[in-house]
Amino acid sequence: MKKVQFTSKYSQYFFLAPQLLILLIFLYWPIVQTFRDAFTMQDAFGFGSQFAGFDNFLFIFSDPSYLTAFKFTLIYSFVITLITGSIGLLLAVQANGIMHGKNAYKTLLIWPYAIAPAVVGVMANYFFSERYGLLYSLFNNLWGFNWYEDVFDAYIYVIIAGSWKQISANFIFFLAGLQAIQKTVIEASIIDCKSNIRRFWTITFPLLMPTTFFLIIINITYAFFDTFGIIDTTTIGAPGSETKTLVYKAYIDGFRGLDLGSAGAQSIMMMLIVLIITIFQFRYIEGKIHYN
Amino acid sequence: MIRNFPTAINHLILVIGLLVMIIPVWIIFASSTHTSLFINTNGLQFFLGDNFLENYSRVLYKKAGFFNEITALKMFLNSFIMATGIATLSVVTSLMAAYALVYFQIKYASFFFWLIFITLLVPLELRIMPSYLVMSKLGLVNSYIGLILPISASAIATFFFRQFYKSIPEELLEAAKLDGTGSWRFFVDFLIPLSKTMIAAVFIFMFVFGYNQYLWPLIMTTTEQYWTVVMGLKTMYGSISDRFAFVIMSMVPPIIIIIFLQRWFIQGIFQNK
Repeated sequence: MKKVQFTSKYSQYFFLAPQLLILLIFLYWPIVQTFRDAFTMQDAFGFGSQFAGFDNFLFIFSDPSYLTAFKFTLIYSFVITLITGSIGLLLAVQANGIMHGKNAYKTLLIWPYAIAPAVVGVMANYFFSERYGLLYSLFNNLWGFNWYEDVFDAYIYVIIAGSWKQISANFIFFLAGLQAIQKTVIEASIIDCKSNIRRFWTITFPLLMPTTFFLIIINITYAFFDTFGIIDTTTIGAPGSETKTLVYKAYIDGFRGLDLGSAGAQSIMMMLIVLIITIFQFRYIEGKIHYN
Repeated sequence: MIRNFPTAINHLILVIGLLVMIIPVWIIFASSTHTSLFINTNGLQFFLGDNFLENYSRVLYKKAGFFNEITALKMFLNSFIMATGIATLSVVTSLMAAYALVYFQIKYASFFFWLIFITLLVPLELRIMPSYLVMSKLGLVNSYIGLILPISASAIATFFFRQFYKSIPEELLEAAKLDGTGSWRFFVDFLIPLSKTMIAAVFIFMFVFGYNQYLWPLIMTTTEQYWTVVMGLKTMYGSISDRFAFVIMSMVPPIIIIIFLQRWFIQGIFQNK
């Protein structure tokens, strides 16, 4: 907050009002509704509903398909974070190491970041379809790849589709992080340590820690929420429902199954996960990792 | 000399990275310039065909969808209306709200702060079903307002602007106050001109964010008149070369925006880190 501020009777509310109004109607109202749904049980015909306590929560945790989605979402976000982070870092280090053409590479690698996940999914679909798919036939020749039936192959499919555009985001942020490291630090470290690889892991990488943790959060959020468009345009959960993310499952249960109670409980579980990640981010990361 | 690593290897790795990004899009583009018949018999293509103009103009103007009620051109128009609406509304409301939070003495300031920023924990995906019910109660299903407003209900932009305002030196307001500048004038004559880069960056960010929405338009539009490009992709029926051409066209607007305005975009986002 500023030390010098305006004092006024009403002006501040005038400036706050538009945003608050939109948030109250289009965000708080639905959230209140979500909580109401989660704690009520509706009868099959939608005529009446009654308070159900934690029944909806007990129900989702006893539902094997929810646990499957939970497991898949965890694996998916872990693998996507790992793959896109390491490839993004590898490329950023290369781009930072060259004298000429840094900006050309930046421009040539930034654009996939702007493409919608659903568009990436539709594109991936062509490469993994049995009929046209180049990657399908390549992998099929190698080990009999068939994502329509094999869970592991379906994982590979959605992981490739999910990682592709996110490499770009990791590259941009890592490159910016590398460029922010002071030249003098790097020059001093070159005198002390001749090995490039050792110097990277002992000097540069620790200095990149804030960027790394920032990207871990970005990637996890991406894998949790933004991949909806990818799942819906690629496997739709196939082979059975092993490649449904939590968000995708909540959508299917709420919209297709019209089970508002279960969908509400699932949404609240996800809010809890986001809350935990956020607290972790503020407490642990923002507090402990400061090298500058 | 900072670098003693052989540069050729750097370039080699970068070029491999580039190819991984470019080749899939290129193959779809090259395939989109052939006839469907050719694709169906020969598979995806790496080299360009002769049907570029024919395929693309057919896709733009041909009625498609389940009921053949909408052209790709109309979907682009819908997407632009939605994205522009989302970007404009978020920039305006966030700029104002952040101004109130940073520059005013507010009673219960922390209450308002949390009321706005706690919403960052609840992305649209988590409240999709009740949001739909709220919209249908308000009679906003199948309307541009219905597409725009719930997506503009986001505190992301407010967060960006708040960080930016906080980085502006105290002396600016002190000087302005000495001159007797009121809160409205200070906002319009000092703060908005100073925030130009930031406004541009947030606008671009929110425009691409709005254009790329998939789930919300999918739910909010039951008549094809309001279909947007990104949601129409999966549902649009047509021959295989029609679909390839439509996929390529759908990527063009956000890619052009991000390439040409990347400097603003990166600058704006990094002012906040």
